[in-house]
Formats: sequence, C-alpha cells, structure tokens
Amino acid sequence: MSLTQIRQGSLVLVDAARVQSRGALYVAQARIRQMMKWIWLILGIAIANPILYLISVGIGLGGLIDQSVGPAGVDGVKYLTFLAPALLAQAAIQGTMDETVFPTIEGFKWHKTFYSMNATPLSGVQISYGVFLTALFRAFYTVVLYFGVMWAFGALESPRAWLAIPTAVFAGASFGALMQALAARLEDENIFFVVLGRFVMMPLFMFSGTFFPLTSMPFFLQWIGWISPLWHATELGRHLTYGHAISPTMIWVHFLFLGIMLVLGLFFSARIFTKRLAK
Amino acid sequence: MSNPLISARGLTKKFGDFTAVNGIDFDVFKGESFGFLGPNGAGKSTAMRIIGATSQRTSGTISILGKDPELHGPQIRAHLGVVPQQDNLDMQLSVAENLYIYGRYFGLPRKFVKGKVDELLAFAQLEEKRDAKVETLSGGMKRRLTIARALVSEPEILMLDEPTTGLDPQARHILWDRLFRLKEQGVTLLITTHFMDEAEQLCDRLIVMDKGTIMAEGSPASLIKDYATKEVLELRFGSDRNQEMGAKLRTMCDRIEELPDRVLMYTDDGEALLEKIYAADFHPKTSLVRRSSLEDVFLRLTGRTLIE
Repeated sequence: MSLTQIRQGSLVLVDAARVQSRGALYVAQARIRQMMKWIWLILGIAIANPILYLISVGIGLGGLIDQSVGPAGVDGVKYLTFLAPALLAQAAIQGTMDETVFPTIEGFKWHKTFYSMNATPLSGVQISYGVFLTALFRAFYTVVLYFGVMWAFGALESPRAWLAIPTAVFAGASFGALMQALAARLEDENIFFVVLGRFVMMPLFMFSGTFFPLTSMPFFLQWIGWISPLWHATELGRHLTYGHAISPTMIWVHFLFLGIMLVLGLFFSARIFTKRLAK
Repeated sequence: MSNPLISARGLTKKFGDFTAVNGIDFDVFKGESFGFLGPNGAGKSTAMRIIGATSQRTSGTISILGKDPELHGPQIRAHLGVVPQQDNLDMQLSVAENLYIYGRYFGLPRKFVKGKVDELLAFAQLEEKRDAKVETLSGGMKRRLTIARALVSEPEILMLDEPTTGLDPQARHILWDRLFRLKEQGVTLLITTHFMDEAEQLCDRLIVMDKGTIMAEGSPASLIKDYATKEVLELRFGSDRNQEMGAKLRTMCDRIEELPDRVLMYTDDGEALLEKIYAADFHPKTSLVRRSSLEDVFLRLTGRTLIE
C-alpha cells in the first residue's frame, strides 16, 4: 500500500485572480477535451451532411427546379447556389445547439458536473461562457467544412463569399446562447426535446426561406422567418455568396436582430446558471 | 486556541417556507476533524453547501478562512476541497483526465497538475485505472476518485458530504483508511454522516443535528459520556411484546427505550443487569450487551433513531 504524503494548506498555490480572468477558457478546455472523444463522429457528420443535402436537394431537386424556372433562375441563380447559404447557417445553428443544450442539461442534471466546477473558484458566469465558447468553436469548424463542400459543388459565386462563414457562426451563436439559457432552466428535459424538435427546430428549418424565398409564403406565415435567426443569417449569406439584393438598412436589421438575440441569450444564460448553482 | 478556520453564528438557510438550517453556531479549528451527525434532512448538506461558498445563507454570519462567502466565494473556494454526496465526475473522461481538468479549474499550471495526478492516483489506489473511463469504475473507486479530485489543489479544508453512503463494507473500510491517513497528516476535515460508526472513527469533535438545529456538541467520547451510559443491554421479546415488557422493566435501570424491534436498557454494567433480569424471571428471546454509541446519544436527544 502506498504511503503517499498528501500536501495540504498551501494558501499560495491557487491564484483565484488568475481563475477569475481565465475561468471560461478552463471550462472550454475541458469541454473540448470531451468533444475530442467524439471528434470523428462529429467531423463525419459535418462533412456527410452537406454532401448529402447538396446532392439530393441542391442537385437532384434543384435540377427539376432549374428546368422549370428557366434561365432566370431562383433569385437569379441556380437552385443549388440559392439553397447552400441557408444550409450553411442551419449547420451552424445545429452545431451550437448540440453543444449548448446537451452539455447544459448534463451539467445541471445528468452528471451534475457544473456543481463540481462551481466548487472550484469558477463562477456560474464563467461556466456558462465556457460552454458557449466551446459551442462557438464547434460551429466554426462545422461551417468551415460545410463551406469547403459548397465550394467543391460550385455553389459560391462572389469573391467575398467567405464572409458567409462568420455570419453563419454569428447566427449559430445567437440561437445557441438562447437555447443554453432555456436548457439551464429545465427541470424536465423530455418534454423540452419533443417541443424543441417538432415545434421549434423543424418549423424554423422549413419556414425560414431555406428552400424557397420567404416572400413566396403566405404573409401570415412570414413572421416565422422574421423571428428566425436562420432567416436573418440566410439573407446575409445569400447576399455574400451570390449577391442577393438586400438594402443596407436590412443588412443592419439582420445584424441587429442576431446581435440582440446573442446579448440576451448570454445575459440570461449567465444569470440562470448563477442562480441555479447557488440554490 | 488559535483563530478558527470556520466560524458560524446564527447561520440560517430557508427554502421558501422550509427552514433547512435554523440558526446554528459552530467553530472549526485547523487540523481538526469536525463532523455533522444527523439523519437525512437534518440540514447537514445545506450547511456544507454554505460552507463550500456555493449556496448563500438566508441570515446569520459565517466566516471561512477569515472571509465572508457571500463576498469572496471564488477566493474561499480556491482553498477548499469538496466531496459532494453524489459523485459528480465527468463520466466521458478517463480517471486521470478527471483529475487533470479539475486541477486546471483551479488555474494550476499544466506541469504541476500532471505531477499531482500521479500522486493522487497512488493515494486513491487507482493507478491501474488511470486510463479507464469513469463510467466503468465501481462505486468505491468513484468515491476515491472524487476524494482524490478534491485534493488536487492542496486544499486548506477537505469537506466530505456522506463519504461512504451507498458503499459496501469493504469499500467503506478502504475509504476510511484513506481518510484516516489524511487526518493523521493534519488535514482539516469536515464530514457529514448519518453513520455513527463513521463519526466515531473519523471525527475529533462533532455536532449532532436534527431538523436544522444543533442538539449537542462535543467529542464522540464526551457525547456518549454525557448523553448515554457506559453500556447498553439490548433485549428482544418479539415485536408484539417489546412495548409491554419495556414498561415492566422500567424500574430496573436509569433509562429505557422501547423500539418496535427491541428494548434498550441503559446501564453501566450490562451483564449484571441481564443477570438481574433473568433472576426476576423475565425471558427475552435474545440479549446483547454492547458499548453505548452515538446512535444512543441521538436517540436520547431526539427520541428517534438515526436511520429510519
């Protein structure tokens, strides 16, 4: 049996000030370490997803659409080019959602790991930001991969198309922050997943001008797009990847909408984390 | 005596209408092993979470390492090692990774933590499980890992909430051995438990809690001396007759407790009392003479047993 001496009481060892300035990064480091356990699966999905979508809907269905609309195209371009920026933003949103909702429920409920983090100098705010940063990281590389596939499919027409990467990540960040705040409030996640999947994610995906211009929807359904981060990011993405016409005012509106959602999401997430941990 | 590491006065915590901790006072000194003994729901865990500077008190004062947890939570937590009632380990990571990331949460340098991980794996007797996923560990191993994790920052105070609840006897003994070593090395331990044998083994001093208040305070030996007799004679007459026989035996000793399954007679000489009982023509089905324990102290103080 070992006779290891355990040292104790070195009041100088831990530098609480250092944790106060870098805490969120420590949390993100640990989260990324967990992510690495699944990295091949995540990367596989991140590459397979755009390939499958762009082939089936973009090229398959797109071929039919391009035939019937003629040389005018959809919004002036091939259907594939029209569709791709929406899927790019959707990939970012899905990525941040997976990386905020599940870890948050796990941290508070399934394994209660947030409580063990909070027993260190880390605060609820830092834990919340750390989880969020990790989600951003995941959204970023998912979007970069998606963008690469879009390029390979010839879905990019503008030289500044790469700017669609940050706007897609921005949309993911806005939605992810809000979802993280919601997930932090959950006591019963089962109902949440049903509601989220069927009544939030699905309608947002279908009714955000993803597969057709929002304006071709009946007016009374268009509001779904207006409140959807996916629509705002898609409009920006289309503008950047092929020059979809939007007024400068609307560009501001899109950024402002996503920005407000992000700030509110982060604010409430930090607050709910702090409150729930201190109960 | 030197200044206490922890000092609480009138400490109170309410959840809505429910008062979990009701105005308790206590001091914990350096190098001491201090226990909270009480049944489930006595307010021990709530008190621990306040001392752990994560849960805020409703009223009263508390100072931990000279600081107020409401104002200096992170600074206090930097010097505490916390072992919660439920192991909240990271199930997806390996044993060594769990220790490593936890050290990083304290902002400790990578190199230092790496050395510390080896040291703690040896302490927790988990060297062979170094790369195993936490999911695959037994309950006792998880518990040892949680304790090792709490030591990664070389804390000033190690707090253990129900350290051996849910473990089998062998795992408990291994754990007690580890904790006893820490105690020998002068680590300040704060332990909650509803096992009297655990409190007797590990605590220098303890408070007995019930319904959020302190019923008594002292060393295990002094509490037994003050609130119980040297020995206890346990008699069983069969479930339906214990009550009735207890009433008849009442005059034969200082104090008697009639429990549903047995009668407890408090005396300084159990064997002598038993002889007297046989001589008086009573015939219990079984009899047992034992030393008084904290269980008896608790029964005396609250009229209830610890584990109900």
